[in-house]
Amino acid sequence: MPVVSPLRSRAAGGFDVRRVRRDFPIFERNPGLVFLDTAASAQKPKPVIEGVAEFYRTDYANVHRGVYRLSAASTDHYEKARETARRFLNAAHSDEIVFVRGTTEAINLVAFSWGAKFLGPGDEVVLSELEHHSNIVPWQLLRDRIGFKILAAPIDAAGGIDLAAFERLLTPRTKLVAITHISNVTGHIVPVDAVIRLAHARGAKVLLDGAQATPRLPVDVQALDVDFYAFSGHKAYGPTGIGVLYGKSALLAEMPPWQGGGSMIGTVSFERTTYLEPPHRFEAGTPDISGAIGLGFALDYIEGLGREAIRDHEEALTGYAVSRLSTLPGVTVLGAGQRQLGVLSFTIEGIHPHDVGTVLDQNNVAVRAGHHCAQPLMDRFGVAGTTRASFGVYNDESDVDALAAAIKAAQELFRA
Amino acid sequence: MTMDLRELYQDIILDHGRHPRNFHAMAKPSHFAHGHNPLCGDKVTVYLKLEGDRIADVSFEGRGCAISTASASLMTEVLKGKTLAEAEALFKSFHARVTGGDPVPAPPELADDAERLEPLTGVKTYPARVKCATLAWHAFEAAVKGGALGVSVKTE
Repeated sequence: MPVVSPLRSRAAGGFDVRRVRRDFPIFERNPGLVFLDTAASAQKPKPVIEGVAEFYRTDYANVHRGVYRLSAASTDHYEKARETARRFLNAAHSDEIVFVRGTTEAINLVAFSWGAKFLGPGDEVVLSELEHHSNIVPWQLLRDRIGFKILAAPIDAAGGIDLAAFERLLTPRTKLVAITHISNVTGHIVPVDAVIRLAHARGAKVLLDGAQATPRLPVDVQALDVDFYAFSGHKAYGPTGIGVLYGKSALLAEMPPWQGGGSMIGTVSFERTTYLEPPHRFEAGTPDISGAIGLGFALDYIEGLGREAIRDHEEALTGYAVSRLSTLPGVTVLGAGQRQLGVLSFTIEGIHPHDVGTVLDQNNVAVRAGHHCAQPLMDRFGVAGTTRASFGVYNDESDVDALAAAIKAAQELFRA
Repeated sequence: MTMDLRELYQDIILDHGRHPRNFHAMAKPSHFAHGHNPLCGDKVTVYLKLEGDRIADVSFEGRGCAISTASASLMTEVLKGKTLAEAEALFKSFHARVTGGDPVPAPPELADDAERLEPLTGVKTYPARVKCATLAWHAFEAAVKGGALGVSVKTE
Protein backbone atom coordinates (compact mmCIF):
# COMPACT_ATOMS: atom_id res chain seq x y z
CA MET A 1 0.00 0.00 0.00
CA PRO A 2 1.26 3.47 -0.83
CA VAL A 3 1.81 5.65 2.15
CA VAL A 4 -0.43 8.67 1.62
CA SER A 5 -0.72 10.91 4.59
CA PRO A 6 -2.95 13.95 4.66
CA LEU A 7 -1.09 17.16 4.07
CA ARG A 8 0.08 18.54 7.32
CA SER A 9 -1.43 21.92 7.90
CA ARG A 10 0.68 22.83 10.88
CA ALA A 11 2.91 25.54 9.54
CA ALA A 12 6.57 25.35 10.19
CA GLY A 13 6.52 24.84 13.93
CA GLY A 14 9.99 25.69 15.15
CA PHE A 15 11.26 26.32 11.62
CA ASP A 16 12.39 29.91 11.42
CA VAL A 17 12.63 30.73 7.71
CA ARG A 18 13.71 34.31 8.33
CA ARG A 19 16.69 33.09 10.28
CA VAL A 20 17.48 30.45 7.66
CA ARG A 21 17.40 33.08 4.90
CA ARG A 22 20.16 34.99 6.65
CA ASP A 23 22.40 31.97 6.05
CA PHE A 24 22.06 32.46 2.27
CA PRO A 25 23.96 35.52 0.96
CA ILE A 26 22.17 35.36 -2.42
CA PHE A 27 19.11 36.91 -0.79
CA GLU A 28 21.14 39.81 0.57
CA ARG A 29 22.60 40.53 -2.86
CA ASN A 30 19.25 40.11 -4.65
CA PRO A 31 16.66 41.88 -2.52
CA GLY A 32 13.13 40.85 -3.38
CA LEU A 33 14.22 37.64 -5.08
CA VAL A 34 11.53 34.98 -4.94
CA PHE A 35 13.58 31.89 -5.66
CA LEU A 36 11.38 28.93 -6.55
CA ASP A 37 13.83 26.80 -8.53
CA THR A 38 15.58 24.75 -5.86
CA ALA A 39 14.64 21.54 -7.69
CA ALA A 40 17.02 22.66 -10.45
CA SER A 41 19.72 23.76 -8.01
CA ALA A 42 19.67 25.00 -4.44
CA GLN A 43 21.23 28.25 -3.23
CA LYS A 44 24.28 27.92 -1.00
CA PRO A 45 24.49 28.72 2.71
CA LYS A 46 27.47 30.48 4.28
CA PRO A 47 28.91 27.33 5.91
CA VAL A 48 29.36 25.86 2.42
CA ILE A 49 30.65 29.02 0.72
CA GLU A 50 32.96 29.94 3.55
CA GLY A 51 33.92 26.38 4.45
CA VAL A 52 35.16 25.68 0.93
CA ALA A 53 37.06 28.98 0.80
CA GLU A 54 38.62 28.24 4.18
CA PHE A 55 39.69 24.78 3.03
CA TYR A 56 41.42 26.28 -0.02
CA ARG A 57 43.11 28.83 2.23
CA THR A 58 44.39 26.45 4.85
CA ASP A 59 44.56 22.75 3.99
CA TYR A 60 44.39 22.32 0.23
CA ALA A 61 46.49 19.71 -1.56
CA ASN A 62 45.76 16.62 -3.63
CA VAL A 63 44.40 13.60 -1.77
CA HIS A 64 45.72 10.06 -1.34
CA ARG A 65 49.07 11.00 -2.90
CA GLY A 66 51.40 13.24 -0.99
CA VAL A 67 53.48 12.11 1.96
CA TYR A 68 53.48 15.68 3.24
CA ARG A 69 51.27 17.08 5.97
CA LEU A 70 49.01 19.20 3.74
CA SER A 71 48.09 16.23 1.59
CA ALA A 72 47.31 14.24 4.71
CA ALA A 73 45.12 17.05 6.02
CA SER A 74 43.33 17.34 2.68
CA THR A 75 42.80 13.57 2.59
CA ASP A 76 41.39 13.69 6.12
CA HIS A 77 38.85 16.35 5.12
CA TYR A 78 37.90 14.43 1.99
CA GLU A 79 37.39 11.15 3.82
CA LYS A 80 35.58 12.93 6.63
CA ALA A 81 33.12 14.19 4.02
CA ARG A 82 32.61 10.59 2.93
CA GLU A 83 31.84 9.68 6.53
CA THR A 84 29.38 12.59 6.71
CA ALA A 85 27.63 11.28 3.60
CA ARG A 86 27.56 7.79 5.11
CA ARG A 87 25.93 9.11 8.26
CA PHE A 88 23.50 11.20 6.19
CA LEU A 89 22.24 8.12 4.34
CA ASN A 90 22.78 5.82 7.31
CA ALA A 91 24.91 3.51 5.18
CA ALA A 92 26.60 0.67 7.06
CA HIS A 93 30.13 1.52 5.86
CA SER A 94 31.77 4.61 4.41
CA ASP A 95 33.22 2.31 1.71
CA GLU A 96 29.72 2.21 0.31
CA ILE A 97 29.87 5.92 -0.52
CA VAL A 98 31.31 6.69 -3.96
CA PHE A 99 31.89 10.33 -4.84
CA VAL A 100 30.69 11.13 -8.34
CA ARG A 101 29.82 14.32 -10.26
CA GLY A 102 26.14 14.05 -9.46
CA THR A 103 23.05 11.88 -9.81
CA THR A 104 23.54 11.61 -13.57
CA GLU A 105 27.04 10.23 -13.20
CA ALA A 106 25.94 7.91 -10.40
CA ILE A 107 23.30 6.33 -12.62
CA ASN A 108 25.72 6.09 -15.54
CA LEU A 109 28.21 4.40 -13.23
CA VAL A 110 25.68 1.76 -12.18
CA ALA A 111 24.60 1.25 -15.80
CA PHE A 112 28.06 0.91 -17.28
CA SER A 113 29.67 -1.01 -14.42
CA TRP A 114 26.98 -3.12 -12.75
CA GLY A 115 24.62 -3.14 -15.75
CA ALA A 116 27.26 -3.97 -18.35
CA LYS A 117 28.37 -6.92 -16.25
CA PHE A 118 25.06 -8.28 -14.99
CA LEU A 119 22.51 -7.39 -17.68
CA GLY A 120 22.11 -9.34 -20.90
CA PRO A 121 19.68 -9.99 -23.75
CA GLY A 122 16.37 -11.21 -22.38
CA ASP A 123 16.70 -9.25 -19.16
CA GLU A 124 14.38 -6.42 -18.24
CA VAL A 125 14.95 -3.08 -16.51
CA VAL A 126 11.88 -1.40 -15.07
CA LEU A 127 11.79 2.41 -14.91
CA SER A 128 8.73 4.61 -14.42
CA GLU A 129 6.90 7.32 -16.32
CA LEU A 130 8.04 9.81 -13.68
CA GLU A 131 11.71 9.54 -14.54
CA HIS A 132 14.10 12.35 -15.32
CA HIS A 133 15.99 11.82 -18.58
CA SER A 134 19.07 11.00 -16.50
CA ASN A 135 17.36 7.82 -15.33
CA ILE A 136 16.22 6.88 -18.83
CA VAL A 137 18.99 7.68 -21.28
CA PRO A 138 21.87 5.78 -19.57
CA TRP A 139 19.75 2.61 -19.69
CA GLN A 140 18.94 3.19 -23.36
CA LEU A 141 22.63 3.67 -24.19
CA LEU A 142 23.45 0.40 -22.46
CA ARG A 143 20.45 -1.40 -23.97
CA ASP A 144 21.53 -0.39 -27.47
CA ARG A 145 24.85 -2.01 -26.72
CA ILE A 146 23.75 -5.26 -25.10
CA GLY A 147 20.06 -5.66 -25.89
CA PHE A 148 17.88 -5.94 -22.78
CA LYS A 149 14.36 -4.58 -22.53
CA ILE A 150 13.29 -1.34 -20.82
CA LEU A 151 9.80 -1.11 -19.34
CA ALA A 152 8.18 1.94 -17.76
CA ALA A 153 5.87 1.57 -14.77
CA PRO A 154 2.84 3.76 -15.46
CA ILE A 155 1.36 6.45 -13.29
CA ASP A 156 -2.34 6.41 -12.53
CA ALA A 157 -4.85 9.10 -13.44
CA ALA A 158 -4.03 11.01 -10.27
CA GLY A 159 -0.34 11.14 -11.12
CA GLY A 160 0.99 8.62 -8.61
CA ILE A 161 2.86 5.43 -9.36
CA ASP A 162 0.35 2.67 -10.10
CA LEU A 163 1.71 -0.01 -7.78
CA ALA A 164 -0.55 -2.75 -9.10
CA ALA A 165 0.58 -2.06 -12.67
CA PHE A 166 4.17 -1.86 -11.44
CA GLU A 167 3.86 -5.25 -9.81
CA ARG A 168 2.51 -6.75 -13.04
CA LEU A 169 5.63 -5.60 -14.87
CA LEU A 170 7.87 -7.58 -12.53
CA THR A 171 8.89 -11.01 -13.77
CA PRO A 172 11.84 -13.34 -13.24
CA ARG A 173 13.43 -11.44 -16.16
CA THR A 174 13.42 -8.21 -14.15
CA LYS A 175 16.99 -7.59 -13.04
CA LEU A 176 16.73 -3.98 -11.97
CA VAL A 177 14.14 -1.41 -10.97
CA ALA A 178 15.46 2.14 -11.34
CA ILE A 179 13.02 4.73 -10.11
CA THR A 180 12.88 8.19 -8.63
CA HIS A 181 12.25 8.77 -4.93
CA ILE A 182 10.50 12.10 -5.51
CA SER A 183 9.34 13.30 -8.94
CA ASN A 184 11.26 16.35 -10.15
CA VAL A 185 8.09 17.49 -11.94
CA THR A 186 5.17 16.89 -9.58
CA GLY A 187 6.96 16.38 -6.28
CA HIS A 188 5.12 13.08 -5.90
CA ILE A 189 6.72 10.93 -3.19
CA VAL A 190 7.01 7.47 -4.65
CA PRO A 191 6.11 4.73 -2.15
CA VAL A 192 9.64 3.37 -2.36
CA ASP A 193 9.23 0.94 0.53
CA ALA A 194 6.60 -0.97 -1.43
CA VAL A 195 8.57 -0.67 -4.69
CA ILE A 196 11.66 -2.13 -3.07
CA ARG A 197 9.77 -4.92 -1.33
CA LEU A 198 8.01 -5.97 -4.55
CA ALA A 199 11.21 -5.79 -6.60
CA HIS A 200 13.24 -7.75 -4.08
CA ALA A 201 10.54 -10.40 -3.93
CA ARG A 202 11.28 -11.02 -7.64
CA GLY A 203 15.02 -10.96 -7.08
CA ALA A 204 15.52 -7.59 -8.79
CA LYS A 205 17.91 -4.94 -7.55
CA VAL A 206 16.66 -1.41 -6.93
CA LEU A 207 18.27 1.92 -7.72
CA LEU A 208 16.65 5.07 -6.35
CA ASP A 209 17.21 8.51 -7.87
CA GLY A 210 17.36 10.59 -4.72
CA ALA A 211 18.15 13.95 -6.34
CA GLN A 212 14.95 15.61 -5.08
CA ALA A 213 14.43 13.50 -1.96
CA THR A 214 17.83 13.83 -0.31
CA PRO A 215 17.53 17.52 0.63
CA ARG A 216 13.90 17.11 1.71
CA LEU A 217 13.42 13.83 3.59
CA PRO A 218 15.27 11.67 6.07
CA VAL A 219 16.80 8.85 3.99
CA ASP A 220 17.96 5.62 5.58
CA VAL A 221 19.38 3.24 2.98
CA GLN A 222 19.57 0.36 5.45
CA ALA A 223 15.96 0.71 6.55
CA LEU A 224 14.94 1.00 2.89
CA ASP A 225 17.17 -1.97 2.04
CA VAL A 226 17.84 -0.19 -1.27
CA ASP A 227 20.69 -1.49 -3.44
CA PHE A 228 21.82 1.79 -5.03
CA TYR A 229 20.95 5.34 -4.04
CA ALA A 230 22.09 8.39 -6.01
CA PHE A 231 21.99 12.10 -5.26
CA SER A 232 23.55 15.41 -6.29
CA GLY A 233 25.32 17.81 -3.96
CA HIS A 234 24.14 20.99 -5.67
CA LYS A 235 20.46 20.26 -5.05
CA ALA A 236 21.28 19.65 -1.38
CA TYR A 237 22.77 23.14 -0.81
CA GLY A 238 26.26 21.92 -1.70
CA PRO A 239 28.60 22.72 -4.60
CA THR A 240 28.03 21.69 -8.21
CA GLY A 241 30.12 18.87 -9.65
CA ILE A 242 29.83 16.55 -6.68
CA GLY A 243 27.36 13.85 -5.79
CA VAL A 244 27.11 10.47 -4.17
CA LEU A 245 26.42 6.96 -5.28
CA TYR A 246 25.57 4.65 -2.43
CA GLY A 247 25.88 0.96 -3.24
CA LYS A 248 25.67 -2.05 -0.98
CA SER A 249 29.17 -3.38 -0.25
CA ALA A 250 28.49 -6.77 -1.78
CA LEU A 251 27.32 -5.17 -5.02
CA LEU A 252 30.14 -2.64 -5.30
CA ALA A 253 32.66 -5.39 -4.61
CA GLU A 254 31.69 -7.37 -7.69
CA MET A 255 31.47 -4.35 -9.99
CA PRO A 256 34.29 -3.63 -12.45
CA PRO A 257 35.81 -0.15 -12.75
CA TRP A 258 33.99 2.06 -15.22
CA GLN A 259 36.69 4.66 -15.73
CA GLY A 260 40.41 4.08 -15.54
CA GLY A 261 43.09 6.38 -14.24
CA GLY A 262 45.09 7.35 -11.23
CA SER A 263 43.79 6.75 -7.70
CA MET A 264 41.85 3.62 -8.60
CA ILE A 265 44.66 1.14 -9.20
CA GLY A 266 46.66 -1.32 -7.13
CA THR A 267 49.56 -1.97 -9.50
CA VAL A 268 49.89 -1.12 -13.18
CA SER A 269 52.00 -2.79 -15.82
CA PHE A 270 51.45 -3.02 -19.57
CA GLU A 271 50.47 -6.65 -19.09
CA ARG A 272 48.15 -6.42 -16.14
CA THR A 273 46.62 -3.88 -13.81
CA THR A 274 44.91 -4.49 -10.50
CA TYR A 275 42.30 -2.24 -8.99
CA LEU A 276 41.62 -0.86 -5.55
CA GLU A 277 38.62 -1.90 -3.52
CA PRO A 278 35.47 0.25 -3.56
CA PRO A 279 34.91 3.12 -3.29
CA HIS A 280 38.30 4.16 -4.69
CA ARG A 281 37.96 1.72 -7.59
CA PHE A 282 35.25 4.06 -8.90
CA GLU A 283 37.03 7.35 -8.31
CA ALA A 284 39.59 7.52 -11.12
CA GLY A 285 41.67 10.67 -11.33
CA THR A 286 41.90 13.57 -8.93
CA PRO A 287 38.41 13.86 -7.44
CA ASP A 288 36.45 17.02 -6.79
CA ILE A 289 38.13 17.43 -3.43
CA SER A 290 36.70 20.80 -2.43
CA GLY A 291 33.34 19.73 -3.85
CA ALA A 292 33.22 16.69 -1.59
CA ILE A 293 34.26 18.77 1.39
CA GLY A 294 31.64 21.41 0.54
CA LEU A 295 29.06 18.66 0.25
CA GLY A 296 30.00 17.51 3.73
CA PHE A 297 29.37 21.05 5.02
CA ALA A 298 26.03 21.14 3.20
CA LEU A 299 24.88 17.83 4.68
CA ASP A 300 25.94 19.03 8.13
CA TYR A 301 23.92 22.20 7.50
CA ILE A 302 20.82 20.19 6.57
CA GLU A 303 21.21 18.02 9.66
CA GLY A 304 21.62 21.14 11.76
CA LEU A 305 18.23 22.38 10.60
CA GLY A 306 16.77 18.94 11.18
CA ARG A 307 15.59 16.68 8.40
CA GLU A 308 12.17 16.00 9.89
CA ALA A 309 11.74 19.73 10.43
CA ILE A 310 12.69 20.43 6.78
CA ARG A 311 10.29 17.77 5.54
CA ASP A 312 7.44 19.07 7.66
CA HIS A 313 8.13 22.66 6.63
CA GLU A 314 8.30 21.86 2.92
CA GLU A 315 5.31 19.55 3.03
CA ALA A 316 3.19 22.23 4.69
CA LEU A 317 4.46 24.83 2.22
CA THR A 318 3.80 22.55 -0.77
CA GLY A 319 0.30 21.88 0.54
CA TYR A 320 -0.28 25.61 0.91
CA ALA A 321 0.97 26.23 -2.65
CA VAL A 322 -1.12 23.47 -4.17
CA SER A 323 -4.32 24.71 -2.54
CA ARG A 324 -3.49 28.35 -3.26
CA LEU A 325 -2.78 27.76 -6.96
CA SER A 326 -5.69 25.36 -7.38
CA THR A 327 -8.10 28.15 -6.50
CA LEU A 328 -6.80 30.36 -9.33
CA PRO A 329 -9.06 30.11 -12.38
CA GLY A 330 -7.38 28.47 -15.37
CA VAL A 331 -4.54 27.04 -13.29
CA THR A 332 -4.11 23.26 -13.10
CA VAL A 333 -1.62 21.65 -10.73
CA LEU A 334 -0.30 18.36 -12.10
CA GLY A 335 -0.74 15.35 -9.85
CA ALA A 336 -2.42 17.34 -7.10
CA GLY A 337 -3.89 15.09 -4.44
CA GLN A 338 -0.88 12.81 -4.36
CA ARG A 339 1.51 13.25 -1.49
CA GLN A 340 3.80 16.00 -2.81
CA LEU A 341 6.98 17.37 -1.34
CA GLY A 342 8.88 20.48 -2.32
CA VAL A 343 8.02 20.52 -6.02
CA LEU A 344 4.90 21.29 -8.03
CA SER A 345 4.11 21.85 -11.69
CA PHE A 346 1.21 23.71 -13.17
CA THR A 347 -0.25 24.84 -16.44
CA ILE A 348 -2.20 28.02 -17.10
CA GLU A 349 -4.91 27.78 -19.68
CA GLY A 350 -4.01 29.71 -22.81
CA ILE A 351 -0.50 30.71 -21.74
CA HIS A 352 2.63 28.84 -22.76
CA PRO A 353 5.00 27.98 -19.87
CA HIS A 354 7.81 30.02 -21.41
CA ASP A 355 5.65 33.11 -21.51
CA VAL A 356 4.65 32.40 -17.92
CA GLY A 357 8.32 32.07 -16.97
CA THR A 358 9.22 35.39 -18.59
CA VAL A 359 6.37 37.28 -16.92
CA LEU A 360 7.17 35.69 -13.56
CA ASP A 361 10.82 36.65 -13.97
CA GLN A 362 9.79 40.25 -14.53
CA ASN A 363 8.02 39.99 -11.18
CA ASN A 364 11.26 38.70 -9.61
CA VAL A 365 9.87 35.18 -9.30
CA ALA A 366 12.38 32.57 -10.53
CA VAL A 367 10.73 29.36 -11.73
CA ARG A 368 11.54 26.74 -14.30
CA ALA A 369 9.50 26.48 -17.49
CA GLY A 370 9.57 23.66 -20.00
CA HIS A 371 9.72 19.89 -19.98
CA HIS A 372 12.00 19.57 -16.91
CA CYS A 373 14.05 16.80 -18.56
CA ALA A 374 11.01 14.56 -18.26
CA GLN A 375 9.53 14.47 -21.76
CA PRO A 376 7.83 11.06 -21.32
CA LEU A 377 5.98 12.44 -18.30
CA MET A 378 4.94 15.54 -20.27
CA ASP A 379 3.55 13.24 -22.97
CA ARG A 380 1.78 11.22 -20.29
CA PHE A 381 0.09 14.35 -18.94
CA GLY A 382 -0.60 15.48 -22.53
CA VAL A 383 1.21 18.80 -22.16
CA ALA A 384 4.18 20.26 -24.04
CA GLY A 385 5.59 21.68 -20.87
CA THR A 386 4.73 23.12 -17.50
CA THR A 387 5.79 25.85 -15.15
CA ARG A 388 7.45 24.41 -12.07
CA ALA A 389 7.82 25.95 -8.64
CA SER A 390 10.04 24.22 -6.13
CA PHE A 391 10.97 25.02 -2.58
CA GLY A 392 13.98 25.05 -0.33
CA VAL A 393 14.58 25.72 3.33
CA TYR A 394 14.57 29.48 2.63
CA ASN A 395 11.04 29.64 1.20
CA ASP A 396 7.83 30.43 3.03
CA GLU A 397 4.21 31.34 2.34
CA SER A 398 5.14 34.84 1.20
CA ASP A 399 6.98 33.30 -1.76
CA VAL A 400 3.88 31.35 -2.70
CA ASP A 401 1.79 34.52 -2.43
CA ALA A 402 4.25 36.32 -4.72
CA LEU A 403 3.96 33.44 -7.18
CA ALA A 404 0.17 33.61 -7.11
CA ALA A 405 0.24 37.36 -7.68
CA ALA A 406 2.67 36.96 -10.60
CA ILE A 407 0.43 34.30 -12.15
CA LYS A 408 -2.44 36.78 -11.98
CA ALA A 409 -0.26 39.38 -13.67
CA ALA A 410 0.49 36.91 -16.46
CA GLN A 411 -3.18 36.13 -16.87
CA GLU A 412 -3.96 39.82 -17.02
CA LEU A 413 -1.32 40.39 -19.69
CA PHE A 414 -2.52 37.52 -21.81
CA ARG A 415 -6.16 38.03 -20.82
CA ALA A 416 -6.38 34.27 -20.53
CA MET B 1 3.28 45.32 -15.54
CA THR B 2 6.67 46.78 -16.29
CA MET B 3 7.59 48.65 -19.46
CA ASP B 4 10.02 45.87 -20.36
CA LEU B 5 7.21 43.37 -20.63
CA ARG B 6 5.12 45.71 -22.74
CA GLU B 7 8.02 45.97 -25.14
CA LEU B 8 8.24 42.20 -25.39
CA TYR B 9 4.55 41.46 -25.47
CA GLN B 10 3.24 44.20 -27.73
CA ASP B 11 -0.40 43.98 -28.75
CA ILE B 12 0.50 42.69 -32.19
CA ILE B 13 2.45 39.80 -30.60
CA LEU B 14 -0.38 38.92 -28.25
CA ASP B 15 -2.83 39.08 -31.15
CA HIS B 16 -0.79 36.86 -33.47
CA GLY B 17 0.03 34.55 -30.56
CA ARG B 18 -3.64 34.05 -29.85
CA HIS B 19 -4.91 34.13 -33.43
CA PRO B 20 -2.08 32.99 -35.67
CA ARG B 21 -2.53 33.67 -39.40
CA ASN B 22 -1.90 30.99 -42.06
CA PHE B 23 -2.01 28.43 -39.26
CA HIS B 24 -2.77 25.18 -41.03
CA ALA B 25 -1.12 22.29 -42.81
CA MET B 26 -0.79 22.65 -46.58
CA ALA B 27 -2.25 19.96 -48.82
CA LYS B 28 0.51 19.71 -51.40
CA PRO B 29 3.48 21.79 -50.37
CA SER B 30 6.43 21.91 -52.72
CA HIS B 31 8.66 22.38 -49.70
CA PHE B 32 8.26 21.87 -45.96
CA ALA B 33 10.38 21.40 -42.84
CA HIS B 34 10.02 20.81 -39.13
CA GLY B 35 11.64 23.11 -36.62
CA HIS B 36 12.28 21.98 -33.08
CA ASN B 37 13.67 23.78 -30.07
CA PRO B 38 14.98 20.93 -27.88
CA LEU B 39 15.39 23.31 -24.97
CA CYS B 40 11.68 23.99 -24.55
CA GLY B 41 10.09 21.37 -26.80
CA ASP B 42 8.49 23.92 -29.12
CA LYS B 43 7.71 22.55 -32.56
CA VAL B 44 6.76 24.22 -35.80
CA THR B 45 6.25 22.90 -39.32
CA VAL B 46 6.55 25.42 -42.17
CA TYR B 47 4.93 24.65 -45.54
CA LEU B 48 5.76 26.39 -48.81
CA LYS B 49 4.40 26.41 -52.30
CA LEU B 50 7.10 27.76 -54.56
CA GLU B 51 6.46 28.83 -58.13
CA GLY B 52 9.86 29.29 -59.64
CA ASP B 53 11.65 31.32 -57.01
CA ARG B 54 8.49 33.02 -55.81
CA ILE B 55 6.68 32.02 -52.62
CA ALA B 56 3.14 31.50 -53.87
CA ASP B 57 1.87 30.27 -50.51
CA VAL B 58 3.21 29.68 -47.01
CA SER B 59 1.60 28.29 -43.88
CA PHE B 60 2.61 26.72 -40.59
CA GLU B 61 1.39 24.60 -37.73
CA GLY B 62 2.84 23.58 -34.41
CA ARG B 63 2.86 24.42 -30.75
CA GLY B 64 4.82 27.08 -29.03
CA CYS B 65 4.85 30.16 -26.86
CA ALA B 66 3.32 33.49 -27.79
CA ILE B 67 6.63 34.71 -29.20
CA SER B 68 7.30 31.73 -31.45
CA THR B 69 3.69 31.51 -32.62
CA ALA B 70 3.51 35.24 -33.35
CA SER B 71 6.87 35.14 -35.11
CA ALA B 72 5.77 32.26 -37.35
CA SER B 73 2.47 34.00 -38.06
CA LEU B 74 4.07 37.33 -38.97
CA MET B 75 6.68 35.50 -41.03
CA THR B 76 4.03 33.85 -43.18
CA GLU B 77 2.37 37.22 -43.72
CA VAL B 78 5.50 38.96 -44.94
CA LEU B 79 6.80 36.04 -47.00
CA LYS B 80 3.74 35.50 -49.15
CA GLY B 81 4.52 36.65 -52.69
CA LYS B 82 8.20 37.31 -52.05
CA THR B 83 11.08 35.87 -54.02
CA LEU B 84 13.53 33.64 -52.21
CA ALA B 85 16.17 36.34 -52.49
CA GLU B 86 13.82 38.84 -50.82
CA ALA B 87 12.96 36.30 -48.12
CA GLU B 88 16.61 35.75 -47.40
CA ALA B 89 17.25 39.47 -47.16
CA LEU B 90 14.34 39.83 -44.71
CA PHE B 91 15.61 36.95 -42.56
CA LYS B 92 19.13 38.36 -42.44
CA SER B 93 17.89 41.75 -41.38
CA PHE B 94 15.45 40.23 -38.86
CA HIS B 95 18.05 37.86 -37.42
CA ALA B 96 20.50 40.71 -36.87
CA ARG B 97 17.85 42.74 -35.06
CA VAL B 98 16.59 39.98 -32.73
CA THR B 99 20.07 38.83 -31.79
CA GLY B 100 21.29 42.38 -31.29
CA GLY B 101 24.03 41.86 -33.86
CA ASP B 102 25.46 44.38 -36.32
CA PRO B 103 22.54 45.89 -38.21
CA VAL B 104 21.81 44.43 -41.64
CA PRO B 105 19.36 46.91 -43.17
CA ALA B 106 16.69 45.41 -45.42
CA PRO B 107 16.63 46.72 -49.01
CA PRO B 108 14.39 49.82 -49.32
CA GLU B 109 11.67 47.97 -51.23
CA LEU B 110 11.32 45.59 -48.24
CA ALA B 111 11.30 48.29 -45.59
CA ASP B 112 7.56 47.91 -44.95
CA ASP B 113 7.93 44.18 -44.37
CA ALA B 114 10.90 44.63 -42.07
CA GLU B 115 8.77 47.15 -40.16
CA ARG B 116 6.02 44.51 -39.77
CA LEU B 117 8.53 42.29 -37.96
CA GLU B 118 9.80 45.06 -35.72
CA PRO B 119 7.54 44.21 -32.72
CA LEU B 120 9.39 40.89 -32.36
CA THR B 121 12.73 42.54 -31.85
CA GLY B 122 11.88 43.13 -28.18
CA VAL B 123 13.31 39.66 -27.56
CA LYS B 124 16.87 40.92 -27.98
CA THR B 125 16.96 41.88 -24.31
CA TYR B 126 15.73 38.37 -23.34
CA PRO B 127 18.54 36.03 -24.42
CA ALA B 128 16.55 32.98 -23.35
CA ARG B 129 13.78 33.93 -25.77
CA VAL B 130 15.65 34.80 -28.97
CA LYS B 131 15.33 31.27 -30.31
CA CYS B 132 11.56 31.45 -29.88
CA ALA B 133 11.54 34.28 -32.43
CA THR B 134 13.88 32.61 -34.92
CA LEU B 135 12.56 29.02 -34.86
CA ALA B 136 10.03 29.44 -37.70
CA TRP B 137 12.57 31.28 -39.83
CA HIS B 138 15.09 28.45 -39.42
CA ALA B 139 12.37 25.99 -40.43
CA PHE B 140 11.59 28.16 -43.47
CA GLU B 141 15.24 28.17 -44.48
CA ALA B 142 15.44 24.38 -44.01
CA ALA B 143 12.30 23.90 -46.12
CA VAL B 144 13.78 25.91 -48.99
CA LYS B 145 16.92 23.78 -48.89
CA GLY B 146 15.23 20.45 -48.18
CA GLY B 147 12.35 20.62 -50.68
CA ALA B 148 9.54 18.08 -50.26
CA LEU B 149 11.59 15.82 -47.99
CA GLY B 150 10.29 17.38 -44.80
CA VAL B 151 13.69 17.81 -43.17
CA SER B 152 14.06 18.69 -39.52
CA VAL B 153 16.05 21.53 -38.08
CA LYS B 154 16.94 22.25 -34.48
CA THR B 155 17.63 25.69 -33.14
CA GLU B 156 21.37 26.16 -32.98
